[in-house]
Amino acid sequence: MRWVIGLPALWLLVLLAAPLAIIAVIALAVPADGIPPYDLGFSLDNLWLVATDPLYRDALLRSLRVAGISTLICLLMGFPMALAISRAAPRWQNALLLAVMLPFWTGFLMRINAWIGILADDGLIARLLGTRLLYTDAAMYIGIVYTYLPFMVLPIYARLSRLDPALMEAAADLGAPPWRVFVRIILPLSLPGVAAGVALVFVPAIGEYVIPALLGGPQAQLIGKVLWDEFFANRDWPTASAVAVWLLLVLVVVPGSIVRVIRWLRRAHAVSGANRRAVLGSTASLCGFSAISIFLSVLRA
Amino acid sequence: MTDPAFLTVSNLFVRYGSATALDHLDLEVRHNELFVLLGASGSGKTTLLRCLGGFVRPDAGRIVLNGTDMTALPPHRRPVNTMFQSYALFPHMSVAANIGFGLRQRGASRAETQQRVAAMLTLIRLEGFGARRPGELSGGQQQRVALARSLAPNPALLLLDEPLSALDQALRMDTRAELVRLRRELGISFVLVTHDQDEALEMADRIGVMQNGRMVQIGTPAQLYETPVNRFVASFLGAANILSCIVGADGVSVGLPALGVSVRAERPGVPGPGLLALRSERLRIGGTVQTNQVEGVVTGCVYAGDALAVMVRLADGSMLRVKRSLADGLDSARLEPGSPVRVGWQPDACILLPE
Repeated sequence: MRWVIGLPALWLLVLLAAPLAIIAVIALAVPADGIPPYDLGFSLDNLWLVATDPLYRDALLRSLRVAGISTLICLLMGFPMALAISRAAPRWQNALLLAVMLPFWTGFLMRINAWIGILADDGLIARLLGTRLLYTDAAMYIGIVYTYLPFMVLPIYARLSRLDPALMEAAADLGAPPWRVFVRIILPLSLPGVAAGVALVFVPAIGEYVIPALLGGPQAQLIGKVLWDEFFANRDWPTASAVAVWLLLVLVVVPGSIVRVIRWLRRAHAVSGANRRAVLGSTASLCGFSAISIFLSVLRA
Repeated sequence: MTDPAFLTVSNLFVRYGSATALDHLDLEVRHNELFVLLGASGSGKTTLLRCLGGFVRPDAGRIVLNGTDMTALPPHRRPVNTMFQSYALFPHMSVAANIGFGLRQRGASRAETQQRVAAMLTLIRLEGFGARRPGELSGGQQQRVALARSLAPNPALLLLDEPLSALDQALRMDTRAELVRLRRELGISFVLVTHDQDEALEMADRIGVMQNGRMVQIGTPAQLYETPVNRFVASFLGAANILSCIVGADGVSVGLPALGVSVRAERPGVPGPGLLALRSERLRIGGTVQTNQVEGVVTGCVYAGDALAVMVRLADGSMLRVKRSLADGLDSARLEPGSPVRVGWQPDACILLPE
């Protein structure tokens, strides 16, 4: 039966490791006029250029900021949503979860186009607020938060719904008022779900280029758009691959440090063996997910 | 025994949707006693305990503890702690943090808490386990930590929800005695919920038997066992043989029409048709002729380790379960199926119940 486990490993090797290796090889190649538009070689020029040129650096920093702010908003909105759903009567929970996932029934581009109509200058919201929304940062954040909110809600909900209600009752029984039950019991025990949600939102949000292009302003570039342009507008595959490599590094470092922070937080609360395993599990899934999303964003580009 | 009614529950009524969980229930728990709520699942005993803890808000009625009306108080304001059936230990905290949680919530200083936690760990004989996580303890150790956690804030009343149900048989026996000893030492009242009659009989100062959200009977274990008020209590506390009978006008002459015999009771019953309950350990097979006796045929024996249960079929087809002592060994207690026997009992073994 061992070969059954080998199958997914083969799948990962062919569809994840191999493309990543190809990207790495191209990132080290020299640009050329031809098909394919590079000559194999070993040159760190592309990686050096992307690291030092303000165009790429600023795009990456701005992407980090946009993804960070979007993730924070998703967390602030998603945690209460997940808590409310997990506390709802059982017969309502499925309906509420369905409502969270309902947007997936429609194509992504359709939904973003719908937002263009909603946020347009002559649209209801812009008129009520008396301000421009479409093609501003606000519209971009609305679009990103709207798109990725379910990825925050679902893992947190999964965690919260598995909490034994007796734990909350026990805390109240021992004299903890509701807010302290939240701070001492619910929050620390939901951290693995929060970590998964943050990763699921942050990682794809950093490479996001469709929503900023359709809803956001024209002013500043995000790293996903830069990557796209290098590949398709400039046909500079080595530079594009170098961007992808740097993005991958950032994506491994950032979730890694998030896990560090969470570990540190949990140490303050003292971790049980089971939870430590959960944190390790989410670390593994973070790394796996960042790798997959890089691959997908490269595939899209 | 300063205040006979330390906890007073009056007219408590709880409804879940259309189902009545507690039906105008009254209860008094005394100072310094171990009161056991006994009942089958669905009898309302857990709902009653949750009302006392503050987790269920009753639709009507009052709960008064030590002169203070607690009916409307949320759980965190009640001077009452609960030991949960699942223990509900906080998995992300150490054993010491678990035990100290209630003290910290009630404003105890760090030093004070540490001291008390150490004392509690000694009390439950888990010194040196303070830094462990609950997940690293055995079931029995977790049970003791849960007990220590609920006792640490020194509650006026401790509620225990099936505290022994997750333990294996041998450990359960030890823990029963342990709980009784602890309660005596601490001098606080326990209200313990269980569906295990042995547990109730062995541990309780008084037992309240519940059925369908009502308190059927309250009394000491011996009172409930010797003088149950109805068939439910008689068969819930210890198995009982139950026969239809007609009680004579004097209350003590009891006719068994199906068997064509008449027997005498010591405690008078209500004249008219009724039920005669006989505990299997009060019945005797053979021996000297007794005041009360019936004839039957052995159908089989059930070996229970500490006794032998002999099944006897009476003339009308009803079965009597007779417990035989193994004092003279298994072979002399065993009876061949098919052998005719005489089953006799003393008048004071008759328990007369309403139909």
